[in-house]
Amino acid sequence: MISVQNLTHRYGDRVALSNISFEVKKGEIFGLLGPNGGGKSTLFRILSTMMAPTEGTVSLAGHDVVRDPASVRRNIGVVFQTQSLDKALTVEENLRAQGHLHGLRGADLASRMDAAMEKLNVSDRRKDIVDTLSGGLRRRVEIAKALLHRPQVLLMDEASTGLDPAARRDLSRNVEKLRAEDGVTILLTSHILEEADRCDRLVLLHNGKIVAQGTPPELRSSIGGDVVVLDTDDSQSLAAGITQRFGLQAVTRDGQVRVEIQNGHRFITEVVEAFPGAVQSVGLHKPTLEDVFVRETGAFIE
Amino acid sequence: MNNFFLPAITLWQRELVRFWRQKSRLLGVVLSPLLIWLLIGYGSASLDKFFSGALVLTVMFSAIFSTITIIEDRREGFLLSMLVSPAPRTSLVLGKIAGSATLGWIQGLIFLCFAPMAGVHLDAMEVLPIIAVIFLISFTLTGLGFVIAWKMETTAGFHAIMNLLLLPMWMVSGSLFPVATAQGFVKWLMWINPLTYSISLLNSTLHLPGTWPGAMESLLVTLAFGLGLLLLSGAMAAQKSTKSAA
Repeated sequence: MISVQNLTHRYGDRVALSNISFEVKKGEIFGLLGPNGGGKSTLFRILSTMMAPTEGTVSLAGHDVVRDPASVRRNIGVVFQTQSLDKALTVEENLRAQGHLHGLRGADLASRMDAAMEKLNVSDRRKDIVDTLSGGLRRRVEIAKALLHRPQVLLMDEASTGLDPAARRDLSRNVEKLRAEDGVTILLTSHILEEADRCDRLVLLHNGKIVAQGTPPELRSSIGGDVVVLDTDDSQSLAAGITQRFGLQAVTRDGQVRVEIQNGHRFITEVVEAFPGAVQSVGLHKPTLEDVFVRETGAFIE
Repeated sequence: MNNFFLPAITLWQRELVRFWRQKSRLLGVVLSPLLIWLLIGYGSASLDKFFSGALVLTVMFSAIFSTITIIEDRREGFLLSMLVSPAPRTSLVLGKIAGSATLGWIQGLIFLCFAPMAGVHLDAMEVLPIIAVIFLISFTLTGLGFVIAWKMETTAGFHAIMNLLLLPMWMVSGSLFPVATAQGFVKWLMWINPLTYSISLLNSTLHLPGTWPGAMESLLVTLAFGLGLLLLSGAMAAQKSTKSAA
């Protein structure tokens, strides 16, 4: 449904995306995970036909984004990171305007508007001016708007930004529902781990490159064992000490040292005894997507 | 054709609805030219000489207000979803410009109500051409605003252009002093300034002083300028972007 082949994009001399390739199958929920500035936004702009890539080919629903953007646009719904609703208009007026942009009108448009509002549970707010709605409600209206022309692919850019946890869960449920009921293929960008964890498959983007891709369990199991996190006053010297003494790779961040290891519980006793007084608190967890990212890049997502 | 006009009409309508819901915009746009006109006009005992200039200023302010929203709208706003819709870019441009031009026109017509104070008395048949001329001027200035706003990354840039280009353009358009009495290089500037022709056209239709260049010449130049800007706007919007801004 989505195919990206050898995609490279440059802004002048700066390389924003470097030789990206991936495929998204029909009905998948696919995630682009990475820190801000990693290339997600650039990739999103290219996928949504807002910008032509420097090199490589990108097609959605069988249409090339450069050669035939109009056909791509008929088949995609786009939810932007920033608001794309007109705040001075009502929910209904926003949807109607969107329908008109897609050449829909009359009874057909009215029934689609009803269905979209019903699906996203915003029917009772149809007469409200968008400016008076909460962030979570606006997101739902954004999605209803993006679905009006019944696209095969829904693209969502950091759609959960600025939402509270309840609204975020609600958003995930809606995404899942769209896939289940309508077979919509969904591509979303995120820098939030729990959101990425709910995708069928994902790619991890860093500095414009794909550093890992697979299903969330596959990615997590690429780290065998546990992750141990140590809080300390001097993370640099503790990390150096661990590497020297145990021959392990240790990554530091704001007074923390992270180590990947089998049987982490045994390592904990050893490390605390080896560096008396240096460790203030200890944590042990099963690998998360962030740990995968840290291992591949040495950097953090959130 | 449905896919061309429907998006254009919906955008036109959107501008009007937004305007109606933010009626306070009207005050800013009409009041300040009115004040400028009354102060300069009373002070120099020649309300008639400055009337057309003040009316054009009203229309210009409205055009600036309407087109400056393009800059923010493209980053976060309604324009984003227009750009990823299959509607032709040219139809979006036409809708946006027609909508903004209509708002400038309405505000220009409100200003026209003060014409009797400038000693202008018109019968019904004379009012019609004026109404048409005000729309043409509004359309032209909106097109100018669009062309400037489309390439702008920040609203601050637009403000700079407004102060360095649009306001000086207005000052040397015959709004403050006629071409006939202008000196040196300013006279040349007035000749090449398309707004000079708009002011002269208004003066002609309102039977006010300052009708050089002639009515027909002024009409043609204003029409050509407006049409040129419309085509340029369409061409700019249809261009594919490879930059970071939309």
